[in-house]
Amino acid sequence: MEETLTRETQTPARARPRGSRDPIGWARANLFNGWFNSLLTILILALLVWIVPPFIRWAISDAVFGAATPDECKAASGACWAVVTEKYRLILFGRYPFEEQWRPLFGIVALVGMALLSCDRRFWGWQLLVIWALGLGIFFVLMGGGVLGLSPVRTNLWGGLPLTLMLAFIGIAAAFPIAILLALGRRSKLPIISALSVGYIELIRGVPLITLLFMGSFMLPLFMPTGVDIDAILRAQVAIIMFAAAYLAEVIRGGLQALPKGQHEAAAALGLGYWQTQGLIILPQALKITIPPIVNTFIGLFKDTSLVAIVSLTDLVLATRQALGDPEWRQFFIEAYLFIMVIYWVFCFFMSKYSQHLERSLATDRRS
Amino acid sequence: MAHATANAEAGRSDEIMVDLQRVNKWYGDFHVLKDVSLTVRRGERIVVCGPSGSGKSTLIRCINRLEEHQQGRILVENIELTNDVKNIEMIRREVGMVFQSFNLFPHLTVLENCTLAPLWVRKMPQREAAAVAMKFLERVRIPEQAEKYPGQLSGGQQQRVAIARSLCMMPQVMLFDEPTSALDPEMIKEVLDVMVELAHEGMTMICVTHEMGFAKSVADNVVFMDQGEIVEMAPPAEFFTNPRSDRTKAFLSQILAH
Repeated sequence: MEETLTRETQTPARARPRGSRDPIGWARANLFNGWFNSLLTILILALLVWIVPPFIRWAISDAVFGAATPDECKAASGACWAVVTEKYRLILFGRYPFEEQWRPLFGIVALVGMALLSCDRRFWGWQLLVIWALGLGIFFVLMGGGVLGLSPVRTNLWGGLPLTLMLAFIGIAAAFPIAILLALGRRSKLPIISALSVGYIELIRGVPLITLLFMGSFMLPLFMPTGVDIDAILRAQVAIIMFAAAYLAEVIRGGLQALPKGQHEAAAALGLGYWQTQGLIILPQALKITIPPIVNTFIGLFKDTSLVAIVSLTDLVLATRQALGDPEWRQFFIEAYLFIMVIYWVFCFFMSKYSQHLERSLATDRRS
Repeated sequence: MAHATANAEAGRSDEIMVDLQRVNKWYGDFHVLKDVSLTVRRGERIVVCGPSGSGKSTLIRCINRLEEHQQGRILVENIELTNDVKNIEMIRREVGMVFQSFNLFPHLTVLENCTLAPLWVRKMPQREAAAVAMKFLERVRIPEQAEKYPGQLSGGQQQRVAIARSLCMMPQVMLFDEPTSALDPEMIKEVLDVMVELAHEGMTMICVTHEMGFAKSVADNVVFMDQGEIVEMAPPAEFFTNPRSDRTKAFLSQILAH
């Protein structure tokens, strides 16, 4: 039997039904649907009850805050935050002359301000160069002194957070363009360019950063003519840049390869040259899709700066260790390390959040 | 062109726009183009058809050097295609191309897609480039979409933007590589309508397409390719009613069978 169907009037669109929003319904749907999920929920709750209250007791209720003597800390059963109050200037600024420590403080402000301004897409152009020239200029004048009536401070006294931030920010800013060139080079049709890029990437990526830092510190001076001395911080900075560039190049190459061939062809068919095609068509898309792994690399680089301690540069971690050299306070190392953990975490979490924001604001594939 | 009429002869001149002389191409050892010769005059409309793998796409992609040929000569406006990059870019400025998969730039708005090449290749001022772009977006009937991104448009709209983007470079020749093959059936007409208008305005066109209705209504000559060679070339009236080669007859019976 054949059936036919005709509908004379158009069905109007109806509002989507709202799911139940009460807490019990939500918990049943999300926490207790099935015996396995219920078991997991109970186990995790038990774990939280087991861990969180003792931690809060240690970190807050029973803790010693503010200025206190080591003996007062030893008497208390909780955390000794007095170690941070006592040593924070050593931790943050290392062996920088005590009287002059307002200078690294404003140096940090200059670097962070520079980084924050760079996050604003309205400045992505020549303004970025101005921002960085100003930010780094202010930073180096403040830190090094010798001009504007500031007493000179040699780089072997630089340390703590300003050193960490400097190594990380300059590392990121310099490695990024180098990585783009390496990624393009590796895909180049010119055999020499592509061989050089492959060679560089595979060589640098294949060794640990620590060995690069060692080579820069101990081997490079052997090859330099006598009397020529490159600053230790500069050598470490260059090693970090070279290392990060090799890693980042492969991340960016992944993005370049993800683009369909048609994009190159359309650009070519319109008469765009190589650099125009890369700069206007390919890189904007490739970099956009690689934001998550690029930021991943940046976060890794930020934390890898702590490896410079191996060549005796007093970054935030080494400065903390030196601050704990005081036998009176040595036993409260957990509190001191928690303090710098929070500092590292704040910067890395900001990078992560910013990358998510950037991804959303650059999305063009949503229907609006 | 002075007389933009439906008359196929009207826009034609004797000036040779594209000249292929015994062009040969291989992919590895596979001989894809075999001694292909074709002369296209200013204002002429050529439709290239043939079974898949016959080399028709490869042929038109050789004209703007998206593919390199190994033997023979290709001249566009009397400039020979060589390995010289400047030469290639000069020719690409004069040759527009529309792809099967549109290939719009997804990170740019429709307007930016259209102004990009005039700005950077023709060095046109921003204001003028935008005006030219709006003119052609109106021509393809989607000026209201100028600020949208390609991902927000339908396939038919995207292909019309792609045509406008090409036209913004004021090309002397337009190449179409199966422009309607990736479209849903209800969108094919809106693209073909734009192409028919373009033909009537006197644009020199080389179209690889299976749209035989389009071939019948606007082509000056239909080229049938098979196995990398041009088997037959004739005006549509003759091509469709009185094909000479057996291969053409077999092909036509297949595509006109339904």
